[in-house]
Parts: sequence; C-alpha cells; structure tokens
Amino acid sequence: MTTVAESPSAVAVHRPLVLRRPTATTGAWSWFTTVDHKKIGIMYGALALVFFLIGGIEALLIRVQLFQPNGTVLTAGQYNQLFTMHGTTMVFLVGMPMAVAFGNYFVPLMIGARDVAFPRLNAFGFWVVAAGGVFLYSSFFLGGAPDGGWFGYTPLTSTPIDAGFLPGRGPDFWAVGIIMLGIGSTTSAINFIATILNLRAPGMTLMRMPVFVWMMLVVAFLTLFAMPIITVALIMVFTDRNFDTTFFLATKGGDPLLYQHLFWLFGHPEVYILILPGMGIVSETLPVFSRKPLFGYAVVVFSGIAIGFLGWGVWAHHMFATGLGPVAIAAFGLSTMLIAIPTGVKIFNWLGTVWKGSVRLTTAMLFSLGFIAMFTLGGLSGVLHSIVPSDTQQTDTYFVVAHFHYVLVGGLIFAVFGGMYYWLPKVFGRMLDERLGKVNFWTFLIGFNLTFFPMHLLGLYGMPRRTYRYDSGLGWDGMNQIVSVGAFIIALSTLLFVVNVIVSIGLKRGAVAGNDPWDGRTLEWSISSPPPEYNFAEVPEVESRDDFWHRKYTEDDHGHLLPLPSGGAETAATQHSAAAHETGGHGIHMPSPSIYPLVLALGLLPIGYAAVFKSWVPLIIGVVVLAFGMYAWGIEPATDES
Amino acid sequence: MSTVEQSAEVGGSTSTPVPSHDGGGGAHGHDPHATATGVTNTKLAMWLFLSSDCLFFGAFIAAYLLYRGRPGQVGPSPSDLFDIPFTSATSFILLMSSLTMVLALAAIQRGDHRRVRIWLLATALLGATFIGGQVFEFTEFTREGLTVSESVFGSTFYLLTGFHGAHVTIGIIWLLSLWGLSNAGRLEQGDSERVEIAGLYWHFVDVVWIVIFTVIYLVPQPGS
Repeated sequence: MTTVAESPSAVAVHRPLVLRRPTATTGAWSWFTTVDHKKIGIMYGALALVFFLIGGIEALLIRVQLFQPNGTVLTAGQYNQLFTMHGTTMVFLVGMPMAVAFGNYFVPLMIGARDVAFPRLNAFGFWVVAAGGVFLYSSFFLGGAPDGGWFGYTPLTSTPIDAGFLPGRGPDFWAVGIIMLGIGSTTSAINFIATILNLRAPGMTLMRMPVFVWMMLVVAFLTLFAMPIITVALIMVFTDRNFDTTFFLATKGGDPLLYQHLFWLFGHPEVYILILPGMGIVSETLPVFSRKPLFGYAVVVFSGIAIGFLGWGVWAHHMFATGLGPVAIAAFGLSTMLIAIPTGVKIFNWLGTVWKGSVRLTTAMLFSLGFIAMFTLGGLSGVLHSIVPSDTQQTDTYFVVAHFHYVLVGGLIFAVFGGMYYWLPKVFGRMLDERLGKVNFWTFLIGFNLTFFPMHLLGLYGMPRRTYRYDSGLGWDGMNQIVSVGAFIIALSTLLFVVNVIVSIGLKRGAVAGNDPWDGRTLEWSISSPPPEYNFAEVPEVESRDDFWHRKYTEDDHGHLLPLPSGGAETAATQHSAAAHETGGHGIHMPSPSIYPLVLALGLLPIGYAAVFKSWVPLIIGVVVLAFGMYAWGIEPATDES
Repeated sequence: MSTVEQSAEVGGSTSTPVPSHDGGGGAHGHDPHATATGVTNTKLAMWLFLSSDCLFFGAFIAAYLLYRGRPGQVGPSPSDLFDIPFTSATSFILLMSSLTMVLALAAIQRGDHRRVRIWLLATALLGATFIGGQVFEFTEFTREGLTVSESVFGSTFYLLTGFHGAHVTIGIIWLLSLWGLSNAGRLEQGDSERVEIAGLYWHFVDVVWIVIFTVIYLVPQPGS
C-alpha cells in the first residue's frame, strides 16, 4: 500500500502520472467521478428505471402487433429484435441493476458501514453496465439489434453471418454486450461480498444482519459463479460466428445442446439473482408495516441460502423437450420440485409476519402483499413445470411467458415498487405521495393480471411464444386483446409512479420525511434523510437483530410495546446530528472521487466495437485507454489526504 | 489487472473501533484483523475473483471433456500432435515459477528489495518461457493442420489453452509492473500484500495448468 500519510513526498511523485484529482462532491461533474456508494446506488436506480421504460415501450410495441390477428405494425425482423431486446433489457439492464441499486445504497447503511469495500471498483461496475447498455442499444443504429432471443440458442445465433441465419450483427452485439455487463456485475458481486463480510459494524454478527443484506450476499455469490459460465458460452458463440470455431457446428462434431446446458447453468441461478433481492426487500417492509419482527428469521435466511444452492441443480428443466433421456429428466424434475420447498417456506414466513400484526396498508405494504400473492401464483405455475409431461406440453407456449412474468414482474417488480415507496424517502428526504401511490398500486395490480393471467390460457390453447402474428379463428383473439389492454394499463401505472417521483421528489411537493418516517427497525432509519456523505457520524454498536427498533422500544411483561424514553428515534437522531455537527464531518476521511473507473469503462467500449466490426483501430484505442486507466488507478491513492 | 485498492481509511474521529476500510490494513498501523473476518478486503476480493475464474476454466474444460474423442472429426488427432516430453518440460518451468514467486514474497516480507526484484523478474521470465513454448506449440500444430476451425478438438484445445496463456500473460505484465514499482522505490516492505495478491493469482494460474495438462495431454483419448 502506498503510504501516503507517512511520506508526503510520495504524493508529489504520484502526481505526474495521473490526471488532476477530481475534488468536486456536488454539481453535475461530481456524478462522473463519485465513489460514494449512495450516489452510485442512485445512478444504478436511474439507469434501471430508464431501461425499464425502454423495455416497457418494446413490450408495448409487441402488444400492439399482437392486438389482433395478422398484425401489420411490425415486420417479422423488427418483432424478433423487439422481443430479444425486451428480454435482454429486463434481465440484464433492469432486474440486475435495480437490485444492485438497492444493495448499493442500503447494504452499507444496514450493516453500519461508511462505504463499500471497494468504492472505485463500485463506480467502475456502474460505468461498465452503463457502457454495456449503450453498446447494446447502439446496435439499433448499426445494422440491427440482437434478434436471436434473450437466451440466443445455437446454432441459430452461432452460425456465421454470411450463412444468413440471422441477418446483421445482432448476435455479435448481444454476445459482446452481455460479456461487458457480466464484467460489471462480477465486480459488484465481489464488492458486495467483501463489504458484507468485512465491513459490518461492531456487534453486527451474520445472524443479526437484515434479511435484505443476507439475500444480497447470496445473490452476489450466485452472480460470481454464474457470470463466468455465460461468458464462456458467449465467447464460443462469438468465435463460432467470427473465427469459424466449431463448438456448435454439428457437421464438425459440435453439439448445439452444449450451449443450452451452459446457458441454463447460468440462466437458472440468474432467475434467483433476480428474485432473491425482491424477497429481501419484502422481508424488510413486511415487519415494519406489521410492527412485528420477521417471523422465523433464521428459517428465512437459511431458505434463501438453500435456494442459492439448489438453484444450481435445476437448469435442465428448461430443456425437457430436447430429449435428455429419462434419468436426467426424472432427476431434474425432482430437483425442481425440491426447490419449491424453501420458496414455499418463505411465503409462510411472510404470512406469519403479517398475521396478527398491527398492519398499516401503506403503498409500500400493498406492493409487498401484492408480491406475496403474485409471486405465489408464479411459483405454482413453476411447480407445474417440474412435472415433465406437463412441461413438455407447455414448453415454448405463452404458458411459460405467463409463468416467468408472474415471478419476475409479480415478484421482483412488485417488490421494487414497494422498496421505492419504502426507501426513497430515506434517499431523497421527501415522502412519495400515498394517494397517487395507491392508485399506482391498484392500476398496476389490475393491469398486471389482465396482461399475464390470460397468457396462461393462451399457452394452454397452444399459442406459441415468439411468433410475430397469428391467424384468426384459433380462439386466441379476445384474450390477446385483453392482454394488450392490460399492458397499456401497466404502462399508465408506471407513468403514475414516474409522475409521483417527479412531483414529490423533483418538485419537492412531498412531505419532509424526517429520519424515521415508518417507525423502522434497521440502522438506515437511525440517520438523517438523505444520509450524510459519511453515513454514520459514530459507527453504531449493534446489540441485537432489529437493533434500531430495540433502541426505541421495549416490551412489558405481557409482550406490549413500550417506547423507551431515552433511546427514541428523536434522541438517537439528535445524538447523531450533534456528533456530526461537532466534527462537521471533517474528521472523517472518505474515499476521494476518481475519474479512472469511468476511464476504464470507456476503454472497454471501443474494444466491444472492435470485436463486433473486427477493426484494429478501436481495439488499439481501447487497449491504450484501458492500460492508462489501470496504471493510473493503481498508482492513485484511494483517499487523498490533502 | 491491479485491482489492488489502495489504502482508504474511513476512520472517524471517534473512539469507536471502525472496521478498517482499506486493502492492506497494516500500512496504517491498524490491527490487520480490523475487518470483520480478519482477511483484508483485497485478499478476499482476489480469492473471490479466483473462485469465479474457476468456473470460467471449468466451463471450457467441461466443453473439452464433452467433445473428447468425438467420432467423425477430421484433421490431426491429439496423438498425432502432442510431444509430451516437450510440454512436460514447459509445464515444469511454469510450476517452478511458483517457487520463485514464493521467494519474492518472502523477500519483500523481510524487506530485501534486491531479492524481491530478482525473484519477481525470475518468475516473469519463467512464465514467459512457458508462453514461448505455447507459441511454438501452437505454430507447430497449425503447421501440421490443426486449426480452430478444423474440428471440435481444435476449437476446444486452442480456446482452453489459449485463455490459460492469456491469464499467464496478464500475470507476467502484473509481475513486471511490480518489478517496475520496486525499481522506482515504491514497493515498500509494508506493501508486501501487493506481491502476495499477485502471487495468489500466479499460483492459481499454475494450478489450473496442472488440471489442463492432465486433462488434455496425459489422459489418453478414447479410441486412440
């Protein structure tokens, strides 16, 4: 480690090699150089929200096309691009970054840390994901977007471009873009694990951690082990397309099924990467709005870990129709049934939490309850897929589309909305409007079910996925119209949310949140809203699970809550602000801003284009920028002492 | 890539023990066990990265094993190409570089900067010798007709060993960078963790080679 503090001359030696150190912590430029986990969390959230709107527009175009039989709005090629990009966007640019957004902002606050373990690596992860998003979407203007489906099955995607299977460079953009996004999510996974394991406040033992933190830890491990597998699969697709390797070329002994194994060995853990953060969010909101501790904390935690392990043993249930043979099919059918157990256990834990609680039906609570109901429906149709004959019938129909939208929208997105209403007051210091919020919830719930419930029936009636039009007279017409209307209700509801954010937070019409608007249980509610840059003026000493709650309340002999006179929210808040005032935050050294995370991410971008267009110039530019960024990063001290 | 985060002390002016927020706690005289696990952030991060990299090589090795000895492949077969004594020699050289790596770490922990530089350079040179052997081997095999597009053997062989070679090359650049830092007098005894982290990576790459060498060169091909 460069011992900056000990030898001031060393600082002078460093200077010539690095760009001038950015110092601004406010203003537009500060967002490009920030290493503050809270600002990076906000940027992740904004990015995910923007891509949620883009992916939503793609979905609406699909539904306009399918509103009636023999739709003419889109060509087959356009339709392929739209459903491919819709799936890719929602998984890699909405679901994963949204979870990372919540994790970035709240994991350090919930464990009593001042930042993450690697602040600059954190910024790098964000910029890579942003660059990957720009890269993927630039394909629309550079000869056509990816059009081989979000899972890009071979040999369709791996056949060289001149064979004419898929026109354009879409699959190249897709392979390279997802590898880039994988770099971003791997770095953020490493960061989460190091932060959660290493930076917990004194007394914050693992079994005192909020469940959301636990779930982010499991997700980080899943990401860490799943991303390299998809990276290898994508490298093979890319080299098959561009360098005539034969990984998936049957005439040279290659096996296209290998791709499916690799993809789903990543893809099924990926499902849990997407849903576990949502489970973590509702495990925070349900206790707060029921004024009860989470029912069976340890069981919820261990169920999450069990899902993390079992998630690696179920991938082939995505491939039951490929002829794996009876033994493999039976084994994967059983393991798929098995994973429903820890998932089901959690649902009972959440119900047990709400049971006999003093429930407050805030918008956040409504979305959390909606999560339980909708996710249960999605889980039930999932169990159907473990029954192989049933799955073989449903494969590649709209039944599957219905299933995973119930899990991912009914699960993740409901939890995300709940988390937004719950936590945005902490992030921006203003409450979101509850009346608008409730309209947001009910329209979303109605729109969601109108959109996705009829898809079950459409699937059972035999409507295949990924077809850009269908004939009339198959009994699908009416339900497709309902689905399309439902999709627009979802869009309207999402717009209501955006309006709510703009009015309540942007225009500052929302009520001032204060430190602890929900009578919360976890440490983030013990500090001001928005939190100071250094989070905690004094690092908290944690004595129990739901530590902040126990600072506020005790129980009498009959189990009734009694507010503690001295440890109440206001007092704790005053103490904190007093301590912060004393030092003015000046005594706390936070990591200094840095430009190099952005430089490194920008170096990856031309390399991506070089790979797609097989051009040397951008490759050299990218490598030079990358090398410069790495060395400058390595030499730059993380904290400027001056 | 030197993802070695440098010291970032987020210590407060309070008396509360703060989890040290840096890579190598020792530099600031903190208790190295200041992190909740006792492992420094940087070392933990390197272990995590390596665990992830295991899956990267694992997927390529799985593909190699799946395609091993597939019937109907044209072009030269492994038994036509492999020169086991030659590859054993370069493998031995690579494994010896782990020894010099350990000596480099021991040297910096003692503060013997001259030997640090010698052993870092020796490790890099041994690694470069291995890469030289790989380049020779690739050239030779290509001349004998094995290309990436010839058969699944060619594709899996070149990509698996090629990505391993790329890992070794990155390791060499890393070692030379540390050597340069040491020459500039900026690799202090207190920075020994930087060498240790590079060493973790280097040993990992060696261990992966043991697996690859065994799987590709030593285990006989079915039907050959």
